This record gives sequence, structure tokens and C-alpha cells, in this order.
Amino acid sequence: MPKHYVILGATSAIAVATARRLATKGHKLTLLARNSSALQEIEDDLRVRGAEIASSHAFDLAQETGQAAILEEIAQTGGPIDGLLVFYGILGDQARAETDPAHARDILQINFNSAVDWILPAAQLMEAREQGVVLTISSVAGDRGRRSNYVYGAAKAGLSTFMQGLAHKWAAMSKELRAVNVKLGFVDTPMTDHLDKGGPLWAKPEGVAVSIERALEKGGPIVYAPWFWRWIMLAIRMTPNFVFKRVNI
Amino acid sequence: MTLKETKAIRSWGGVVREPHFVAAPARRDGVGDVFDAAAGMDKTLLAHGLGRSYGDSCLSPGNVILETRGLDRFIAFDRDTGILRAEAGVSLGEIMRVTVPYGFFPHTTPGTRFVTLGGAVANDVHGKNHHVAGSFGENVRAFGLLRSDRGEVTVTPDSEPELFRATVGGLGMTGIITWVEIQLVRIASSNIEQEIFAIKSLDHFFEVMEENTPKFEHTVAWVDCTARKDELGRGVFTGGNWSSDGVLEPHRTGMLNAPFTAPGFALNPLTLKTFNSLYRWRQLSKAGRSKVPYTSHFHVLDAIKNWNRLYGKRGFFQYQSVIPFSTAKEATREMLTLIAESGQGSMLAVLKTLGPIEGRGWLSFPREGVTLALDFQNKGQKTLQLMNNLDKIVSAAGGRLYPAKDGRISADMFQSGYPDWQRVETLRDPAISSSFWQRVSQS
Repeated sequence: MPKHYVILGATSAIAVATARRLATKGHKLTLLARNSSALQEIEDDLRVRGAEIASSHAFDLAQETGQAAILEEIAQTGGPIDGLLVFYGILGDQARAETDPAHARDILQINFNSAVDWILPAAQLMEAREQGVVLTISSVAGDRGRRSNYVYGAAKAGLSTFMQGLAHKWAAMSKELRAVNVKLGFVDTPMTDHLDKGGPLWAKPEGVAVSIERALEKGGPIVYAPWFWRWIMLAIRMTPNFVFKRVNI
Repeated sequence: MTLKETKAIRSWGGVVREPHFVAAPARRDGVGDVFDAAAGMDKTLLAHGLGRSYGDSCLSPGNVILETRGLDRFIAFDRDTGILRAEAGVSLGEIMRVTVPYGFFPHTTPGTRFVTLGGAVANDVHGKNHHVAGSFGENVRAFGLLRSDRGEVTVTPDSEPELFRATVGGLGMTGIITWVEIQLVRIASSNIEQEIFAIKSLDHFFEVMEENTPKFEHTVAWVDCTARKDELGRGVFTGGNWSSDGVLEPHRTGMLNAPFTAPGFALNPLTLKTFNSLYRWRQLSKAGRSKVPYTSHFHVLDAIKNWNRLYGKRGFFQYQSVIPFSTAKEATREMLTLIAESGQGSMLAVLKTLGPIEGRGWLSFPREGVTLALDFQNKGQKTLQLMNNLDKIVSAAGGRLYPAKDGRISADMFQSGYPDWQRVETLRDPAISSSFWQRVSQS
């Protein structure tokens, strides 16, 4: 049965890799992203790969208001929303965020506040039908605050906790309602182009997309991708503070 | 945009591993910035796809490499007519996965599916069906070409006949190919009805080819390069035709990996002889008729990912020639004799007849005759000397070599094989060059 998935941040590398997998299975997709020409290219690509594109919308997801109305319109056009996938986000610049409050607010607004603005009304629609999946892309950076990226980490920690709570609520309501939070480690995408890449911890978008698709179909509420990050982060969380404070990560 | 010098980039053969400045635009509209960045650094530019060219036609040490793999989007596919348009970094394998379920296939495919569309055009690649289908350029309807002097040009055989002929097989010299539109062919099945049998000698090869070329859409022969005297030219013939069983299943993506680079001593005359004997035995164990998925028929090289690492750290050379029928038999005999005597034989030597459909590019390699493809582990001077001696045979027989495979050809050898090369040089984008082109365009 083809499903109707709504993809926020459809031009991100991980969204594209995931959407391509969904396209191959003939699912119906609604795409939202900021850059309209990039969105058009991705829409064409997904259609050739087998997706039905219900509609696509270009605007700044982090600044938008009136999410409830937009989501209702999307459901009118493409049919009831089976899944909302939240892919957009920014890494930001930790050093800059520490001295520039506006930048710190941007990091929080884009990665956390605005995501909540989309998820809550979508959750309402899903609860009304007693079925649906919300899937968010979070980060292992939210598992323990670290000096190199704690503003970004805090935003992702907020998102993770929010999703955990939604999953808890839904678990009591229906098996057909799932909130899935995928925590990613290092992924080789344009977002991380300023970092030195390579080594066993770096994953490709096509690789994590396999985990994301599986999580979308039957996972939750917390999925690490690749899987080994669960154990790395467990070790990092368990590290006593007198040791952790000496580690430069 | 600033480009940082990255670690060494290699081609498939791995003889040259030099640092390049690398740009990998994520979208078509980012390609222009790479031209600007290269010009700002006073460097030349060269497109680089999946790096399956064996020698130095995809390298340009110290200069800027534009990796095209970010341009990996399909643009349009008409499921009724089989016309497909996609960005230049999309691979033939990705195309097959999308189009096979609808009963369409590229009209020809080389021995690997890890070839980008841009690379397939730039090298005018050919496959096992060359004798009936011609080379890749045959199915190219149009492409987008970004040039430093003209901006984006849409090239079709009618709108830009000269630029079309200069770009098909043109080794990337005429601009950066950004998208390609091709006409796919209908297939009634994703399976191939295959037939395999032994070839006893070189004379037998020519008999087999004459008899079987009309019977099979796809033909190829593997040759045991270590065989000598009466057995010279012995090998295995494989022929195939598309099945009509209606199954339309694309290939799977997983494959075996050669996980490490083999030590240099792993290949010696003894192991080479053993490999060739084993390979022959294994192929002949499949002798007779069978039905196989297309990828196991066409993409023999893809069975083991990174198989090139088996040749060790110093890498290897490929050597592919085509020789007209009139002189092919004697020249091939001389070449195989020379190789067997040198003890530097290759693991996968391939012999095939090419058909009369001429390539549409001025530098298209295929022409009617017999093509022999060999690989030689890089043993320095000794290997270069062997290839120079092979050159003499090829030249005398009126043949030429395949630039996509080459990393050492002389300017003379290239220019005499491709008399139209200067027409490509005239249309070359002044911002673009490669190691290969630097070498072969010398006067």
C-alpha cells in the first residue's frame, strides 16, 4: 500500500537519500524545503524513481507560521498524512553562538522550536485518525553536552526529549501511532563539509537512509544510526565528570 | 569558493596517485563556480566521475578535478518511449535499477555498471553488443555542456554537429557535461540466455566469431594469455541474447569487496598461470546454455568491488587495441606470442570483434575489427617496454588504442590512430585539460 509521507527539509542530503528509497516503493510524497530550484530538481528525480509527488512547497520552514492550515491543505491535496518526516536543521557555529545571541537563537529556533511548531499540529491530525508516524532526525550531540557544540546539542536534546514524550503519550493511545527519533552520528553531507571526514565513524547518507526507512516502517521511539552510536553514546554518558572534563571532544 | 588540496586521487589502474584540488558541486548550478575557482587559481579543470578510466585521462595532478557524483538526479523518464534525461553523475547501474522494471535498458553497457552518464559519453563506451548496436554515443539524443567561453550549451547532433562529434568520445575536453538525454531500448526480460564454450586456439577464435556473431546480440571471449604455441589464443567464448520470459527485475546493489591491496609479489608468472587455468576451468564448468540475470552476463568486473586492488600498490596498466579485420589475425597472434613470452600476461584478457557502426565522435575508439583488452601489473620499465613493443604491432597493422584505458601512449601513436584529434583540440574548452591530453596533444 503506498503511503503519503510529508518531508520537511526535502533537499537535505539525508532527506534525499531517504526519499529515493521511499520513491522506489512507489509512495506518495509531499516535499517542503526552502530552495525552490533545488526542490524542483529533487521532485523530478523522485518522480523518475517511482514516487508520486502530491505537491511541493518552497518556503522557510523555520520562519513559517500557520503550520496547522498548511498541513490540512497538504492532507486535502495528497490525502491523509501517514508520516511526517522532519529532516531540516543547521549545525551552526558554536564559537559564534557563544558571543552572538541571535545565532544561538537561530540554532534553537531552526532545530527545536520550529520542529515542534510542525509536529504538534501534525500529531493532532494523526491522533484524530489514530494512525500515523512522526519521524525526526536528531543527533548524538544531544546525548551529553560537549564544549564543541552544546548549543546545537541542546536543541537536539530538546527535540529528542519532546519526541520521547510524544512516543510515551501515543504508546498509551494506539499501536498505529508512532513517534520515532533517529539519532545520527557523523554523516558525510554538505552540512559537515567544513569538518575533516573519513574514518570508521563517518557514514554516508545512503547508509543512514536504510536505517531511517526501517525506523519509519517499524522502529521507535529511539533509533541510533548507524547502530554502534548507541554504545558509543552509552559509554560517553557513563563517563564520570572528572574524566569527561579532561576530554577535548 | 576556495579549494583545498586533498589527498592523492587515483584512476582505476592506480599507477598515478597524485594530489588534486577537488570540487564536488552538489547541484548543476554549482558547476560554474568551479570554473571560476579554477580560473582564480590559474589551474585547469577536469571532470571526474566514478574514476573507472584506467590511466590518466581522468587525472590532472596539481589541477582542479570536478567530481560529478553530486550531479546524481534523474530529470525525466518517458515510460512509453524510453527517453531518459539525467544529470551527468548518474551511473548506468542507477539507470538500470530505475528503468528495468519498465522494460527499458541502455542500448549498450560496458563491462562495469559503475560508469557515469558523463563518462559514458566522454569515452563513447562500448559493450558486448557492439557488432550490432555500435557504441554509447549512438543513443545520445542531447546533452548539456558548460563551457568557460559560451556558458551552458544544449548540444544535439543537429543543433551543434561539430560540438557533438567533438564531445562524444572527447575525453571531457570540450566542457563539463552536466546532463545527458538517451534513448533506451526495449527489453522483454532482465535475463540473458547465455551460451558458453571453449575456444581451442586463435584460429578457432576467428572461426567461432564468424559463426556466432550473427547468432548472438552479445559476444565476448576471454583469452588465456599464458597459453603458448598450439594453445595460443585458447579461451572461453560467451554469447548472449535477451530472454523473452517477461521477468523484469533490476540487479541488487550488494557485492563482494576486495578488502585490501594485495602485496606486489602476489602476481607472478606462476600465480598468473594458475589463475588463468582456474578461471578457464571455472568458466568452462558453466559451459553450455543457461539463463542468467543481466548483470552476471554484462558486468563481470563488478562481481568483486575494488578488484583493481588485487594488482598491488604499484597498480596496473590496461592496454586495449582495435585492429582492422584484414590484419587482425596475424597481429593478434604476434601480440599474444609476445605477451606469453614476456611472462607478464594478464588475468582478464578479452578478445572481441567490433562491428561496422562507426562511433559518432572524432575520438570514438571502436571501429570495425578485432579488439584485444589486456591488463599488466605495473613492473616499471619492463612493463612499459612490453607495451611499446605491442604498439609497434598495432601501428603496423593499422590499429589504434583506447584512450580510456591508457596511461602511457605516445603523442605519435595517438595522433596517427586518431587523425581528427586536432578538430577536438580546436573545440577544446581552454579552461579544461588532463594529463592524458597534455601528453598526446604535443607536437
